[in-house]
Amino acid sequence: MITPLSWLKEYVDIDITPQELQDKLFSCGFEVEELYEVGKDISKVVVGKVMTCEPIPETHLHVCQVDCGEHGTFQICCGADNVATGGKFPVALVGATVYATAKDHKTVEGVMTIGKGKLRGYESFGMLCSGVELGVSENMFPGAGYNGLLVLPEDAEIGADVKPMLGLDDWIFDIAITANRPDCQSIFGIAREVAAVLGKELKMPALDYTETDAELSGFKVSVDCPDLCPRYSAHYVTDVTIGESPAWMKRRLALVGIDAISNVVDITNYILKELGQPMHAFDLSTLEGNAINVRRAADGEKIVTLDEQELTLNNANMVICDGVKPVALAGVMGGLNSEIRETTSAVLFESAKFARDNIRRTSRAVGKRSDSSARYEKGVDEYATVMAMKRALHLIEELGCGKVAKTHVDVNTGNSVEPRALTVSIDRVNKCLGIVVPNEEILKIMTNLCFEPSIDGDDLKLMVPAYREDVETYQDIAEEVIRMYGYEHVVPAFMPSAQVTIGGLNQVQKTELRLKKALCSAGAYECIHYSFFSPADLDMLRIPEEAAERNAIRIMNPISEEISLMRTTLAASMINAIARNQKKGNLAGRLFEIGNVYMPYELPLTQYPDEKARLCVGIFGENESFYTMKGLAQKIAETLHVTFEYEAMSNTFLHPYQTAKVLCEGNEVGYFGKLAYDIADAKDLRTPAFVMELDLKVLSQWYDKKAVFTPLPKFPEESRDLALVADRSITCGEIEKVMKESCKYISKITLFDIYEGEQIAADKKSMAFTVVFTPKNEAFTAESVDGYVKKILKQLGKAYGVELRS
Amino acid sequence: MNANLEQIKQEIISGAEELTSSKEVYEFKKKFLDGKAGKIGMLMKEMKNIAPQERAAYGKGVNELKEWALGFLGELDVKMKEKELQARYEAEKIDISLPAAEEKEGNLHPITLVRNQLIDIFSGMGFEIYEGREIETDYYNFTALNTPQDHPARDMQDTFYLSPEFLLRTQTSAGQIHVMENSKPPIKILSPGKVFRSDDDATHSPMFTQMEGLVVDKGITLCDLQGMLDVFVKKIYGEGTKTRLRPSYFPFTEPSVEVDCSCFECGGTGCKLCKGTGWIEILGAGVVNNKVLENCGIDPNEYSGFAFGIGIERTAMLKYGINNIKLLFESDLRVLSQLND
Repeated sequence: MITPLSWLKEYVDIDITPQELQDKLFSCGFEVEELYEVGKDISKVVVGKVMTCEPIPETHLHVCQVDCGEHGTFQICCGADNVATGGKFPVALVGATVYATAKDHKTVEGVMTIGKGKLRGYESFGMLCSGVELGVSENMFPGAGYNGLLVLPEDAEIGADVKPMLGLDDWIFDIAITANRPDCQSIFGIAREVAAVLGKELKMPALDYTETDAELSGFKVSVDCPDLCPRYSAHYVTDVTIGESPAWMKRRLALVGIDAISNVVDITNYILKELGQPMHAFDLSTLEGNAINVRRAADGEKIVTLDEQELTLNNANMVICDGVKPVALAGVMGGLNSEIRETTSAVLFESAKFARDNIRRTSRAVGKRSDSSARYEKGVDEYATVMAMKRALHLIEELGCGKVAKTHVDVNTGNSVEPRALTVSIDRVNKCLGIVVPNEEILKIMTNLCFEPSIDGDDLKLMVPAYREDVETYQDIAEEVIRMYGYEHVVPAFMPSAQVTIGGLNQVQKTELRLKKALCSAGAYECIHYSFFSPADLDMLRIPEEAAERNAIRIMNPISEEISLMRTTLAASMINAIARNQKKGNLAGRLFEIGNVYMPYELPLTQYPDEKARLCVGIFGENESFYTMKGLAQKIAETLHVTFEYEAMSNTFLHPYQTAKVLCEGNEVGYFGKLAYDIADAKDLRTPAFVMELDLKVLSQWYDKKAVFTPLPKFPEESRDLALVADRSITCGEIEKVMKESCKYISKITLFDIYEGEQIAADKKSMAFTVVFTPKNEAFTAESVDGYVKKILKQLGKAYGVELRS
Repeated sequence: MNANLEQIKQEIISGAEELTSSKEVYEFKKKFLDGKAGKIGMLMKEMKNIAPQERAAYGKGVNELKEWALGFLGELDVKMKEKELQARYEAEKIDISLPAAEEKEGNLHPITLVRNQLIDIFSGMGFEIYEGREIETDYYNFTALNTPQDHPARDMQDTFYLSPEFLLRTQTSAGQIHVMENSKPPIKILSPGKVFRSDDDATHSPMFTQMEGLVVDKGITLCDLQGMLDVFVKKIYGEGTKTRLRPSYFPFTEPSVEVDCSCFECGGTGCKLCKGTGWIEILGAGVVNNKVLENCGIDPNEYSGFAFGIGIERTAMLKYGINNIKLLFESDLRVLSQLND
């Protein structure tokens, strides 16, 4: 909310510095996001009187002697066409700062410091300035818009600083207004708060006017959609003379960034800023049927707005119509057909409350935002509609640009504009805050906020102003009290009356943290990726049409297609992360992520989808292999105190022969494998990459498994090295499985060598294992272990034709 | 002395000069002193060939020779071993300025690190950790939190909708309602998790992490919120850190406050980090709005509470001096490897 200090002072006597006011506003809930002086870039510019002014031959320049009072008299060269002896102009002294302009003398190109100069051999000690050079527009100071020197009034004191007389010493507060305080979306609204926080009187803007006998007989206003338009008032103004607004009004509008247009339009804009109520003025001569009708637009209905654009509307939009046609898109923009023109001689003012959400949706749907729609989106109140109409009629009279007629129609289905009675318990207010605010402080604060308080025992009786729609309960009053009393009065306590609770992580949270730490210790870095991904990611993984992963939940309003689906697998984000790393030259690394996938039971959603935690590991680099990834799987199994089994499998995006399904106690929990070469190529990967994805929701059933201590064997263990020859197709896993099944004393089998080559048959391979036998209740004899080995070899021979290598 | 003994002694002395390693010393020693087998041992066997009256002197001589040889060769062995050790060290002289061998150890993500730090602090204060759903209904994310359809606060957050009813939660506060519906006070929960808003620039990411705290019990006041925050900021930013409450607005708390802490960079004197103000905005908080309690079936006449919400990314970015939130989600190893605790 852009708020000029000079405008605020219209309603409150402010006798503190702008910085002090900033602090006061901050403490009561209004953060000043920016505070600056209007003429912050202008310095050392004073009033000068041109004493002599001689043309420099063969140029458009003049050399002048300029009296700058206490600063001295200076010779200054000037090229402006309106420089003249006896004239008073702003003089930028040597060392002054002003705006530098382009050759057109209109476009500002930064700030410059004035130095001594020499033009055509004439020395120049300063510069006579134009309005643009001082940042003053025609609307801010009459005459400042002239493309030449800014002419100062004859009574300007020679040598005086020009900033006060040009209004450059004014300050602008850009104030953040929280969503609960739409009543502060205006200069007057801010003034109410300033008056309250300073304990000063609030001066009301003038609202009086005199009605003539003129009327629009039979004129009617009807509202067909009271849910979207709880209040609509209209007032008739005759004898309108369209012309310029007075300088004070143009200046204020300029300070808040609005260009003056014409008196009637300026009045509506002025009130929008002053009172926060959007108003509209219709040229009465363009209205047909002697009526105003507020209704929802018909589907396909068209309107041409003031900016000459044709819009096609639908039933969700609201239009203001005369007896025949739409004349405005409610709350957003007036229609071109009823706009105020130079010839307008009678006006119908509109002051209405429209449902904020409707204006917001319409404004977005048609892609049109105006000061009015921006204001409506934040919410206006009935109180302001009434006050604004009165103020508009007063200004019509004050500016002398029309006569206020009798015809006033007010359709009201909304809130009362009278204050509401509210009684709250002082004790509850204090108990909410945890401190006791003295009654006299409460009375003072609520008086300053215009709540007309009185105290009766524990009852605080209040009249809530109609514009404070946010105040309903004692909690709201507690907030009003403490924000004015000061948060520094809050005394730290530590829940003295609360019960002791025992906090901490639950089993799942603890286990996930353990998993993360285990992976970190294996050299992996944790990542967090977006929960969304792209349809292109599903294509990259070649997920089949019928697969559950294809059935991803779609965001209705995504920022972009790349992040439009909720993830159904973490693999795509991981592969993309590996690709990004390789692009940046990181050719080896280990990454992991724990995050949810979102599996819908049906689409569109009618119940909560299944949010399943997954663990995804991605490793890449010349030293990584299927087996290093398997090692990480083993590490995870050990961390969870479970045993993983692995089965060969294939999926659509991994190497057909280097992919394993991971099982835990017979349940499938995930997969890992080498990224398919064509995908790796498409992603420009320069080193091999491997991906693992495990379903933590399934694994969580074993999270409570504890490490169990097995007592050390009482009798010595025996180990035997067995070199076996088998067909090449026989896997290590198959052999280990047979060995384990054939002897219950085997506690560990470790493969330590594989050989294929000349020394054995071409279709065979040799595998060497160390097998450890652990005795149970009695010690082994040399014969017993030999017996076990014999049995193992026999079983191996039977199952796979495996033989001992000779 | 027996000439034979003298000869052996000389043989040892001259032979020792030829020795170059402790292994040779060992072999050489074995030649003379190997129980009864060495040359000196053999001398004892000669005893029977010595005249009886000379036997005592002979025996003494042999023993003396043996003692001497043990001492002499022992000393030589020590010297030789010392020399060999030195030589071994010298052979292993390295360039210590060569690069270190890589110690493979990853890191937790900075968001996890900050999250864990906060969880530690609040667990100690008796907060349970509750992770709610990321996909929520309009009711739990907004309506139950006193933000009905037409509420201006809905404009504060741009929501990703999945259907007219379901959405990606915009705040972890959504989880509060589930907890309050399903358990009776005392409630003390900390709810960390991913939240989503349609926002994308250097300081906003469409996905980010919040941590919401909620306390509901008898007699909870704004002073309790202040007291807990004081403990919290001291633990996370250091003993000298102060807090400042200032009025703000959230639909689900009343009064609502924005909480600043004294700048941990400059201590409050004003610097680049705090933009010269001496304060850094760290979280939003407030007394739980009675309407929210009522929506969850908790009687506001009996119970009251406070809630607070912290942005984890912001905390992490302040802690590590990260200037672009995107860096946290790009998984660039050059970034991740720097951000350890």
